[in-house]
Amino acid sequence: MGKYPTEPLKLWNKAKELRRQFYENYAQAHDKGGLRYAGGAWTFDAVPAGLGEDVYSLTSEPYGASCAYNKEFSLRCLEAAEGYGYARDLCSYMRNYWGSILINEYAFGGPFPKPDFIWQDHICCSHAKWYQTMSELEGGIPMHCVDIGVGAAPPFGELKPHKIDYVAGQILDGIDWMEKVTGRTYNDELYIEACWNDFRSTHTWAKVCELNQAVPAALDEKSLYSLYVLATLNKASKWCADFYEELYDEVKDRVSRGVAAVTNEQARVMSDTQPPWAFLKVFRYLEEYGCVSVGSLYTFGLEGMWDYDEDKGLTPRPMPAKRPTSREEATRMLVDWHLRKPEYQHFYSPEYKSRLMIAICKQWKLNGVMLHYNRGCEGLSLGIAENRLAIQEAGFPVMTFEGNMGDEREFDEARTMARVDAFMETLGIKRVGRA
Amino acid sequence: MITAGIDIGSKTIKIVALKDAKEIVGRVMILAGTDVKESINKAWAELEKTAGVKPGDLAAIVATGAGKGDAVNAQRTVTEVSADAKGANFLNPEVRTVIDVGAEEGRAIRIDTAGKVVDFAINEKCAAGAGAFTEAMARALEVGVEELGPLSLKSTQEVAMNAQCAVFAESELVTLVHAQTPKPDMARAVHNAISDRIVSMVRRVGMEEKVMLIGGVANNVGFLDSLQKDLNTTVIVPEDSESVSALGAAVLAAEEA
Repeated sequence: MGKYPTEPLKLWNKAKELRRQFYENYAQAHDKGGLRYAGGAWTFDAVPAGLGEDVYSLTSEPYGASCAYNKEFSLRCLEAAEGYGYARDLCSYMRNYWGSILINEYAFGGPFPKPDFIWQDHICCSHAKWYQTMSELEGGIPMHCVDIGVGAAPPFGELKPHKIDYVAGQILDGIDWMEKVTGRTYNDELYIEACWNDFRSTHTWAKVCELNQAVPAALDEKSLYSLYVLATLNKASKWCADFYEELYDEVKDRVSRGVAAVTNEQARVMSDTQPPWAFLKVFRYLEEYGCVSVGSLYTFGLEGMWDYDEDKGLTPRPMPAKRPTSREEATRMLVDWHLRKPEYQHFYSPEYKSRLMIAICKQWKLNGVMLHYNRGCEGLSLGIAENRLAIQEAGFPVMTFEGNMGDEREFDEARTMARVDAFMETLGIKRVGRA
Repeated sequence: MITAGIDIGSKTIKIVALKDAKEIVGRVMILAGTDVKESINKAWAELEKTAGVKPGDLAAIVATGAGKGDAVNAQRTVTEVSADAKGANFLNPEVRTVIDVGAEEGRAIRIDTAGKVVDFAINEKCAAGAGAFTEAMARALEVGVEELGPLSLKSTQEVAMNAQCAVFAESELVTLVHAQTPKPDMARAVHNAISDRIVSMVRRVGMEEKVMLIGGVANNVGFLDSLQKDLNTTVIVPEDSESVSALGAAVLAAEEA
């Protein structure tokens, strides 16, 4: 009998089904007369929604993670990419993705479905090149890329009107481009609805994560991964926004009844960057110590929208006061909303990320932090050694482990578990076993 | 009350028996070999022969090391990090930074006054900061590994060894040989390279005086010389530096017995 009651998440199977359906819809889009597009998970996926209700996407990073989770499939993809001539130190999601194209296998069965167009944004150097290469490998696919490097958002920087204009202008050009490339007439009502769903999804995800401040934590990070991923797939969809609202109600109920993710919770940590997808068992291993990873800036802030204040810390960003009524207004609201994403800020200075992470340590009541020095993503690893120093200076113990989110050859399971053991000893946490 | 700590390393097995948490009454070190379980039994037999101490006499046994799971008669296991910390603290309570360089792993550990770990760093999936590197380099230089240290102290000029990888370092050494670089200088370059890697870990956890060096490579006077120059401090090397981890495990056993 554990210290706290625990029970499975009622919405678990629904989450799995929604994810499965997403990947199936992409593969079968043409069978139903629909369109397929490919782009990153940070891409403004509300925008292509204006082309119709039968437009399906494949977002690159979750697809790369899905490949990585299947070690055998991933190895074939990685070796195909490397055999073709791509360097092994490139983004591992990207190598998995390219490899999947090269071996012409879709991680969910069948041949790799070729998109009709590419809708991408330039969040990092890898993302900028990813789809250029993808287009070449697939014999040429129309591509539009939005550059979003305008600087940090409040409170770290100012989002001046010209910055919003810069990004919004590219999106509006992109809409005209989409009409030409697809031959479809753009529907502003669908677009505005998608924007509103985007706001709902990301606002509500933040609220779900906020609930994890409770002791015991209602959700553990391994479960959070399976839930946040839906926003990385299609946050602008009604299904995603509706699901998160249902999820919020369930998690709120769990918190009110003191239901725990880890029944023997006696310690709380957070991680950072994408996890080593092929070795999520490291989170289950923590449970041997009654230790729960309650989330991370990555899990909370990749898709969740937050406000940050030095005094109040992180709070879910409120929904916009009113719905947009025109294409231009919707675009400006969408851009403003997204450029404030917490995960964008660290690209401008590790100090901003440190402040956000320290806020999580305090508000989510952590005993320590486990940082994944992720060789597979230069973007999210940027400045992580600085973050480590800052978190330690703030009084929170930190352990680090090297790995790769998408290349299991670069993860040393035995050594990582030994580090976890040493870290738990450092924190004075004894093994209690999983109840 | 007698407790014991057993450190089952990748190359050697060490046992230390401690009386009343104060006096070391037995110490053993044997090669681990390929049959670790058999070697563990031999180590216990050796302890009984030399110190008259059997497992049955012990109030508690704590195991550490890469093979700690094989220590069937241990009540519990601890990581080498914790064991190193306790062992160093037992030998010298003024030590605040412990550096352990073994056959396959290098560790830097900062500890508090009670020997509790404050922070630690371990080399990642790489033998270039450990004993395996010196063995490979000794082979490349055609000297015994025990000769490498004294040889390097005869060096008259500093030669850079830039490779960060044990495999590439061997190639680099071949290049230096063809350039007719004196052996002492090459030996010194090897030690400087290991020291650079270790010092990087020390700086990561933050160095605080006093500093102790333990593990098998602590016996290498050449490495010690490079390390002290890099850290710009005098580093303490205890007698029997290889069994400090086992000692620490024995101390932890006494704390809980």
